[in-house]
Amino acid sequence: MDALILTITTILKIVVVLVPLILCVAYLTLAERKVIGSMQVRVGPNRVGFRGLGQPFADVFKLLFKEVIVPTSASRFLFLTAPILSLAPAVAAWAVIPFADGWAVSDANAGLLYVLAMTSIGVYGVIIAGWASNSKYAFLGAMRSAAQIVAYEIAMGFALIGVLMMAGSLNLGDIVRAQSGGFFNWYLFPLFPLAIVYFISGVAETNRAPFDVAEGESEIVAGFHVDYSGMAFALFFLAEYANMIMIAALAAIMFLGGWLSPIDGFGDGVHWFLIKTAAMLFIFLWLRATFPRYRYDQIMRLGWKVFIPITIVWIAVVGFAIYFEVGPWFSTVRSGGL
Amino acid sequence: MTFELFVFYLFAAIMVFAAARVISARNPVHSAMFLVLTFFTCSAIWLLLEAEFLAITLVLVYVGAVMVLFLFVVMMLDVNVEPLREGFVKYLPVGLLVGAIMLVEMVFLLTQRYFKAEQFPIPARSSADAMSNTESLGRLLYSEYLFQFEIAAIILLVAIVAAIALTMRRRPLTKYQTPSEQVGTRKEERLRVVQMPSEKRS
Repeated sequence: MDALILTITTILKIVVVLVPLILCVAYLTLAERKVIGSMQVRVGPNRVGFRGLGQPFADVFKLLFKEVIVPTSASRFLFLTAPILSLAPAVAAWAVIPFADGWAVSDANAGLLYVLAMTSIGVYGVIIAGWASNSKYAFLGAMRSAAQIVAYEIAMGFALIGVLMMAGSLNLGDIVRAQSGGFFNWYLFPLFPLAIVYFISGVAETNRAPFDVAEGESEIVAGFHVDYSGMAFALFFLAEYANMIMIAALAAIMFLGGWLSPIDGFGDGVHWFLIKTAAMLFIFLWLRATFPRYRYDQIMRLGWKVFIPITIVWIAVVGFAIYFEVGPWFSTVRSGGL
Repeated sequence: MTFELFVFYLFAAIMVFAAARVISARNPVHSAMFLVLTFFTCSAIWLLLEAEFLAITLVLVYVGAVMVLFLFVVMMLDVNVEPLREGFVKYLPVGLLVGAIMLVEMVFLLTQRYFKAEQFPIPARSSADAMSNTESLGRLLYSEYLFQFEIAAIILLVAIVAAIALTMRRRPLTKYQTPSEQVGTRKEERLRVVQMPSEKRS
């Protein structure tokens, strides 16, 4: 009986997280088109519903009713599995995100590691999609994506090690709690280089502009998903946007104090988390409207030769600062209870 | 059968099936994907053992990085399977011998006096508030086993240096760009403003 209740409450929790997430993804696509539209002095979609608010649903229904075409001599099973492989980790990672104090599906001890592991699996969807399509363009996209994600994952992991050292915990809730006491205590300030590296690596990990060489419309048509249509394509789309929101939410949790209010004790709550996440998402859209696509060799150079050295140096700096209790940020760090 | 046992058998069955498919699949990419599945289910079984750090690290390192590179290589090389299949019967006795030796070793180890399952009582479930797996592992690594840990780190460093040194060969014919020169370029080097007198309208 207890097990049954536990199962039902867990499923309810998952639904409570997933349904708003999918709605967010739907409206993020609209927001993206509107924001980029206004940045380029256009109107953006404004036909469906009131000021274009029905546009995401129109898109979804269009994709739902389209045929999923499997190319001849494609590896059929893997071709159809790839979108799922891409979406499942993007959704699963949300299990440990704390929306407010104690509001997480699973308040796991190793939450940060879990998130890193889940985001690192997402690349399989891209690689398998590119290979299974049996097309040269798709394959090129997959290869680019594999190399890029492996490179940026290291920088991202190192950036998070700094957060770990400051908070002394892998639990995402504890990481937020360690940043309490006003906006001055957010990790954005003591870990500024790591925050920048983390966010840019996040943009690269999600294959977003200006790092979207895996899609690269102007060179390789649509990259890894060139042969996908209908709902299979929509799943890739869903995964990309779910990952984007995920990176933004993680940035909010780790560098901007999650659900904490900028002024100490002044209305902490889920609204602050949502505001911070939305602000980070806006930067994602802003980047896409502003920058031209990176050249492939420059992406590799940025990842390996710029970001990884920066993070290693800053981890050493943080280590020394914590050891010698340098103020104002490092003097209060709990040194792992040792 | 408790739920936990059911989960264990489920994952164990998937794992054995996937491991068998790794060596029996015809396509190398399929083999690699089955290896990924094997790692993943293995990590799920480790989670059942409350070894969450090891389980998640297995996914993070092997599934997330090593296997991606593996797939990368397998896809790029376009391995021809037929010549590999020809040697199957020839090498089968050797393979069987190695497998048999490993099996005997494992059986010996498990039935031996000091390693018998009865020697190890089932550890008590630690409560959620107790020190986490990650923390206790870190404590041990950085205090008691610091020396061994450092040696392992140095061996890895040597391996990295050696791998890079092996691939560092100068090929004079390769064309490459120097990003610092590209970034450091100035307007005067690239752009020439030409003054032209405006022509009269005819």
